[in-house]
Amino acid sequence: MSGLTLDTVRKDFGSFTAVNDVQLSVPHGTFVCMLGPSGCGKTTLLRMIAGLDLPTSGRVLLDGEDITAVPTHKRNLGMVFQSLALFPHLTVGENIAYPLRIRGAPREEQSKRVDELLSMIHLTGYADRPVAKLSGGQRQRVAIARALTRSPKLFLLDEPLSALDAKLREAMQVELRQLQQQLGITTIVVTHDQREAMTMADTVVVMNKGEIRQAASPMEIYRRPADTFVADFIGSTNLIDMETDSAGRAVALGQIIPGLSAPGGGKAIISIRPEDVHLTAPGSDGAILGTVTFVRDLGGTIETFIDCSGKQIIAVSTPRARPDVSVGQPVGVVLDPDVCVVLST
Amino acid sequence: MRREAPQRLSDYGPLAFPAIMLTVFFVIPFGTMIAVSFFQRQQGGFYTPAFVFSNYERFLSLFFAHVLGFSLMLAVLVAVCCVCIGVPFTYLMTKMSRRAQIVWMVALLSVLSLSEVIIGFAWSTLLSRTAGITNLLVTLGLMEKAVALSPGFPAVLTAMVYQALPYTILVLYPALVRLDPTLTEAARTLGASPLRAFFTVVVPALRTTILATLIMVFIFALGSYLLPQILGRPQHWTLSVLITDQAIYQSNMPFAAAMAVFLVLVTLGMVALTLFAGRKREEST
Repeated sequence: MSGLTLDTVRKDFGSFTAVNDVQLSVPHGTFVCMLGPSGCGKTTLLRMIAGLDLPTSGRVLLDGEDITAVPTHKRNLGMVFQSLALFPHLTVGENIAYPLRIRGAPREEQSKRVDELLSMIHLTGYADRPVAKLSGGQRQRVAIARALTRSPKLFLLDEPLSALDAKLREAMQVELRQLQQQLGITTIVVTHDQREAMTMADTVVVMNKGEIRQAASPMEIYRRPADTFVADFIGSTNLIDMETDSAGRAVALGQIIPGLSAPGGGKAIISIRPEDVHLTAPGSDGAILGTVTFVRDLGGTIETFIDCSGKQIIAVSTPRARPDVSVGQPVGVVLDPDVCVVLST
Repeated sequence: MRREAPQRLSDYGPLAFPAIMLTVFFVIPFGTMIAVSFFQRQQGGFYTPAFVFSNYERFLSLFFAHVLGFSLMLAVLVAVCCVCIGVPFTYLMTKMSRRAQIVWMVALLSVLSLSEVIIGFAWSTLLSRTAGITNLLVTLGLMEKAVALSPGFPAVLTAMVYQALPYTILVLYPALVRLDPTLTEAARTLGASPLRAFFTVVVPALRTTILATLIMVFIFALGSYLLPQILGRPQHWTLSVLITDQAIYQSNMPFAAAMAVFLVLVTLGMVALTLFAGRKREEST
């Protein structure tokens, strides 16, 4: 198949397993974000795709061809490093032209391609500047342009936006996504910022402890997390213990929740997003009784912290649907089975 | 941290000690040497204060021009050899494990503990016909019969490179350790083979350090006077050897001083030229 395939890729550092038999296929032209806490193996995986690290076992295939043993410089990929790794002794134009110069391309071709790329990253006329004289965002763009000089088959980025301030980062995320769609290039970005992943990716790959926990579209990851780690790592969620009573009904926080059932009929965990928690008058039918412990009005949203027999539940609502709550008052909490995700313990 | 310029005289206090040391052990002896270079030599005696240029005039001959040229050529060659060996070696060393790096460092530092005399005689034994490495090659069947590799120019060059290499590596090491390893990795992802990446990224990124190292080894090699005598023939004697000869064996202090002053001037000139060329290139790129 066309695109990138990782076939049981594994990387051990001594007795530590950084990447544990990862299986993943990325169709051609897809934008993939690898997301996970630091030390989860996402950068190691990216480096193995680039050929900078060799897998302990497993294969890396690009367009059906096994490239596991192909050295980095023969893989035709572009990579943006976290440190950007712009060559300090070269100007902006020379940095971008480096891959062509290495290949011995004629000067006219080099300068033509540099002009093309500079206009693509909105830095026309910057070719003769030394890289040290650029701002953070400009350096970022130059690093991206340099990685794209050869029109590579694979575009890899390792925490590319982490050095930028929040506002610039958001703008670059949109720009990067538009650029990728325009070029139709298979792109893999490593990040620990879930907002970044949700903004850019076709597919989000959530990793933890060297394993892929879920690989799916951003919405699916958010709406239908595969396990408690994914549910908790992506956005915020309420994780509530669920039991099955003798009649086979699901019970959570002392309340029977119709329409839910634990797989195998034992214990399970319910994940419900704060914005899906519905507040109602205490004593309403099917509502769990709780006490409001704290209300945080953030302007755009209102967060209500509720204590339900020792378990803290967070509900988020918009000011428009402002719930009638104040600290110390009892309140009814409704867990709508349609928005609850039942996860195994 | 204090940023403002020193206000009172007492603020310069911390400078006093280095300033005194520099004056006593460098400025005064060097000044004396310059003065002596203009003094009149007493045949069979020592010298009397005067202001004559005869010492410098005597130096302006084809013979001394030849020796000076040879000395500069040898020093440049030693510096170039040291950098050519030192840069790749140190680069590979920084890629090793911490443990291996320590072992190499200790080995290199132990070379520094050897005196020039020991290095000279060790190499003259190693390169001799009777006990040298050629005997090993004969045993291995690679050579017909043992030959003497010393005295000769290759012997002088080898021993001087051997002596200067630890210094070269010590100067290069900090810069190479600090070099961002992702620079080479970036070059590789952009299509450069590891060797290509070394020459197009590592070497140019370190050109200031490399230039500084060249100058340091050059000056170090210019001052060498024992190794050319032990391992070379008279035509391989450097200006430093002749200065020692004049000062110690011929008791001609004024002439030795004049040669030394001349050597210092030529050295400074060459260093200035190198720095100027380096800056020119920096501007043009």
